[in-house]
Amino acid sequence: MKVSIRVNGAEVVADVEDRLLLAHFVREVAGLTATNIGCDTTSCGACTVLLDGESVKSCTVLAAQADGREITTIEGLAGPDGQWHPVQRAFHAEHGLQCGFCTPGMVMATVSLLAENPDPTEEQVRVGLEGNLCRCTGYHNIVRAVLAAAREGQGGAAPAARAQPERQAS
Amino acid sequence: MSIMGTRVLRTEDPRLLTGGGVYVDDLRLPELTWAAFATFVRSPMAHALITGIDAAAARDLPGVVAVITAADLPAAKGPTSEPLLAADRVRYVGEAVALVLTEERYQGEDAAELVSVDYEPLTPVPAVGAALRDEVLLFPASESNVVQTGTAGNCDDASFAGCDVVIERTIVNQRVAPVPLEGRAGAASWADGRLTVWCSTQNAQIARDTIARKLGLDSEIIRVVAPDVGGGFGAKVGIDRDVVCVAAAAHRTGRPVRWSEARSENLLGMVHGRAQQQSYKIGGTRDGHILAYHLDIVQDAGGYPRVGASLPSLTAQMATGVYDIPDVGADYRSVVTNTTPVAAYRGVGRPEATAAIERAVDDFAAEIGMDPAQVRRRNLVAPEKFPFTTPTGAVYDTGEYAAALDKVLAAVGYAGLRAEQARRRERGDTLQLGLGLSCYVEITAGDATDGETARLVVDGSGSATVYTGSSAQGQGHHTAWAMLVQDELGIPMDRVTVIHGDTDAIPVAVGTYGSRSLQLGGTAVYKAAAEVKDKARRVAAGMIEASEADLELDLGRGAWQVRGDPATGLSWAQVAQQAGPDGLTADVEFKASQPTFPFGAHVSVVEVDTETGKATLLRHVTVDDAGNIVNPVLTEGQRHGGIAQGAAQALLEEVRYDDDGNPLTSTLADYAAITADVLPSFELITMETPTNVNPLGVKGIGEAGTIGSTPAVQNAVIDAVSYLGVRHIDMPATPERVWAAIGEARAEQ
Amino acid sequence: MIPASFEYQRAGSADEALVLAAEAGEDAKFLAGGHSLLPLMKLRFAVPEMLIDIGRLQELSYIRDEGDVIAVGALTRHHDLEHSGLLARELPLLACAAGCVGDPQVRHLGTIGGSLAHGDPASDLPAVVLALDAMLVIRGPSGSREVGAGEFFAGLFETALQPGELLTEIRIPKPAAPGWSFQKFTKRAIDWAIVGVALQGQQVALVNMASTPMRAAGVEQALAAGASAEQAAAHAAEGTNPVSDINASAAYREHLARVLVGRALAEARDRG
Repeated sequence: MKVSIRVNGAEVVADVEDRLLLAHFVREVAGLTATNIGCDTTSCGACTVLLDGESVKSCTVLAAQADGREITTIEGLAGPDGQWHPVQRAFHAEHGLQCGFCTPGMVMATVSLLAENPDPTEEQVRVGLEGNLCRCTGYHNIVRAVLAAAREGQGGAAPAARAQPERQAS
Repeated sequence: MSIMGTRVLRTEDPRLLTGGGVYVDDLRLPELTWAAFATFVRSPMAHALITGIDAAAARDLPGVVAVITAADLPAAKGPTSEPLLAADRVRYVGEAVALVLTEERYQGEDAAELVSVDYEPLTPVPAVGAALRDEVLLFPASESNVVQTGTAGNCDDASFAGCDVVIERTIVNQRVAPVPLEGRAGAASWADGRLTVWCSTQNAQIARDTIARKLGLDSEIIRVVAPDVGGGFGAKVGIDRDVVCVAAAAHRTGRPVRWSEARSENLLGMVHGRAQQQSYKIGGTRDGHILAYHLDIVQDAGGYPRVGASLPSLTAQMATGVYDIPDVGADYRSVVTNTTPVAAYRGVGRPEATAAIERAVDDFAAEIGMDPAQVRRRNLVAPEKFPFTTPTGAVYDTGEYAAALDKVLAAVGYAGLRAEQARRRERGDTLQLGLGLSCYVEITAGDATDGETARLVVDGSGSATVYTGSSAQGQGHHTAWAMLVQDELGIPMDRVTVIHGDTDAIPVAVGTYGSRSLQLGGTAVYKAAAEVKDKARRVAAGMIEASEADLELDLGRGAWQVRGDPATGLSWAQVAQQAGPDGLTADVEFKASQPTFPFGAHVSVVEVDTETGKATLLRHVTVDDAGNIVNPVLTEGQRHGGIAQGAAQALLEEVRYDDDGNPLTSTLADYAAITADVLPSFELITMETPTNVNPLGVKGIGEAGTIGSTPAVQNAVIDAVSYLGVRHIDMPATPERVWAAIGEARAEQ
Repeated sequence: MIPASFEYQRAGSADEALVLAAEAGEDAKFLAGGHSLLPLMKLRFAVPEMLIDIGRLQELSYIRDEGDVIAVGALTRHHDLEHSGLLARELPLLACAAGCVGDPQVRHLGTIGGSLAHGDPASDLPAVVLALDAMLVIRGPSGSREVGAGEFFAGLFETALQPGELLTEIRIPKPAAPGWSFQKFTKRAIDWAIVGVALQGQQVALVNMASTPMRAAGVEQALAAGASAEQAAAHAAEGTNPVSDINASAAYREHLARVLVGRALAEARDRG
């Protein structure tokens, strides 16, 4: 079936299997490989992207379900001039990543969390990231990063979609 | 001012935070454009003969390139060696039996489902108890399921003769799964007589040599590349048989092949960790002196003997921990069972040692009615005794064990917490407080004499490139090595490139495991920089026409000049150009004389709901002393991650099988990998007791946090309910286990 | 990891969904948020030949005050239930429980209808609608019918929904008694309840104590007869049939039921 999904502001149109998972659409049709797949039971959150600005686990969404909608991945967070999103800045400043595999999903989950709760307590951050596993950091610095981004006060703003020509994926 | 010891953010981050890391499944290289996707057919039986494989239906499916079985691949060589694909017998659920190659990723599972394997069940032996009886042998050519035994130390029955108090207990250090967020993955391409393998590995060079050996190829025609690796923790040491299989498939079909496993495969097919049954015997005097300690270990090696079979030798070596106990001994047997093979996982035999002795010490303390901190103090190796040789053969280089304990107790506010605990006990609160201690020492760079390599090149642009034998999966080596170069040569970090994990660029190396990287790989970089500096001094002296003794390197400007005369300054670029077309280079292999022994003390504060048994980790305070700290940011990250994995074993995680060897925790819905909501923020105390084993004065920190934390958390949970008569709770201390322990203790009273 | 192949159809209306389902027969399943169904399909435990996507039927996503009753559209997402001001005032038990389902990502897509139709006794919302005496509105080819929550959950993953029928609305009477509590006992926040309790007034339902959610009849009878909270809680495990699995033994679950009902009653009292 044909789907048309706006990914980081650019329309991606493709003919795909009905069963194609959104995670694979992002990685292989849209060609954005930052979003990773870490499990097969919707447990780990590495595949988290924003669907119309809200965090979802893209491994448990069909591309078909996202047809006509808007997806944001970590590759779409920085501003048009390459300026980092406050959450990216905070993860770097607080050493909130080590191997980096969980990071794109963790960052997008954070963006969504702060959009809904711009001034969370530490407890709210920890519970708010219940759906995102990290094996490297012990979460300590991830929590610091989220709180730092919150403090910066702009952590919740979803990035403005960039106007880009429609791209036909084969 | 030197950059060493300062907080430096990572050079690795910008790429990871914007475009994302490039892990095996992200590779979009020309060599892999036509790659077929690999999907394994795995055994659903724990123990069975394979009587037939029918792949006809699979081969007929559109998009199927090939179905490969053991018959197509080189056979396993030794009697207990693992075949690349199971040939006549499977020995654990999840063992690979066939490999399906498809044009499209999504066709893989469809095709794998159509491969029909006939099994003749054999009696499964998933538990060590049954395996030890040798009624059913996993390897009929062997006489026993016991594949390795060993002994260490000087402890026998007579050692306990002078003890007022002797305690014996059998405990479990349970099987856990490493769960790196990226599972096993590999891609391979055979072209122009060369085999290139991209592998999620901690050791590209070892992986290359393993592939060569298993496929009967010359290692010179093999190139292994480690791209970004999404976590290793010891489970990605070298190369896994499934990835070798992928390489074999590429070699055999001439088609590039790529594979990245699903998580449920990973929980069955990636090695597991720990899995020891331990029986300790500890004896001492009523005033708290420990006189003798013996540890008997039964190691579950899993379906095939890998590194797991040897783990207990490290456990035995480190059995005595931080204590000056006159008689210490350990005996072990490693036994194969119909379960996933056990191998290295963060700590690799040492967490098991620490968990045992720290449990035993608390047990002893409870028996004699002495505070566990006091018992520890009474028995710690004194500072003046270093280097200290233990009865089990370890030679500890440096240590300040009492200082570490004192620091952590002060930081947590031990006396105040004991008072609060007493108040709650007095009131009979539902929520009780538990304090758990752990004093630990651990061995890093256990293979110190194998060393590590570094090549440093300063080129005509004045930039530096480090080719390191170390191989990171998130530890931040690139940042640390760049710091070393900047500190030694004055070349700014942003002009230092670090390359690792490519056997063409770095043919000789060991790689990363056993917390060896900084002390061996880092020292090699340091020495290479020193060598480059010497060469540069000679060249610069010639250029300035001054004697070498009159020259200085202005680190701030990165310039060679006559002492005190900046006008004579030459840049690194100029000196490197003068040195020749290859610039200034140094090749170093640094071998240390011995391992190093980081140490520390952890205190865990838990709250146990005595009605439900649920333990909540409130605080976790640590001293982890790994010698000089190069970059506190990186060290803290390793400590945090280590603590979390250690706490996970104490509270939550366990790989389980039923009586037929069927796995019960084969997805992340069932295997309770630790999450952010059950952990607090940690409190880290800094302590640096340098070693004299290497010029940087550093030891390894990667595994120390895990080694120290598990016993502290376990001890804390038990401590919370010890006033009810509970003396031990096995890990993981799940709510039900705690509840059951409370019930049993109450029933006994 | 990858579902078996299926055909995807998107319904533009509830009526169209019913027509598509009638045509496709038993091999078709409705896809709402997909967070009960897709995980099963990815492990190939479910292999429907067709999915009828009803996820965009906004007409079935609402929370309305209808006087004596709160009407909740079946396609209302957990996230929206969690953050509904109306529910916070009138049905805080539902809002609270919805906020405990899965994790934030799951709650952005999962729906109350999808969760109820899945019929998992370990899910949170089935016990909640049972405690609240909800009426479930089911639409089929021949019209609508209403089924009480007590009759809706028939067995393990079995509900009163017949093939081709669509759950469209959940009608919840506004509670007379204000006290409420939702107790969900887990090891980690993301886990399914080892045992859970949904309590409104003196109506008590249990999560994961049988093959369906169930009312704690022994507790309710004791309360009606004037027993104290502590006395009533002692009856919590009566009539239950909890499983023993890797997360807990049946005996421990029975113990937890008693403890959690006691705590729920105490919390409800503080709120009431």
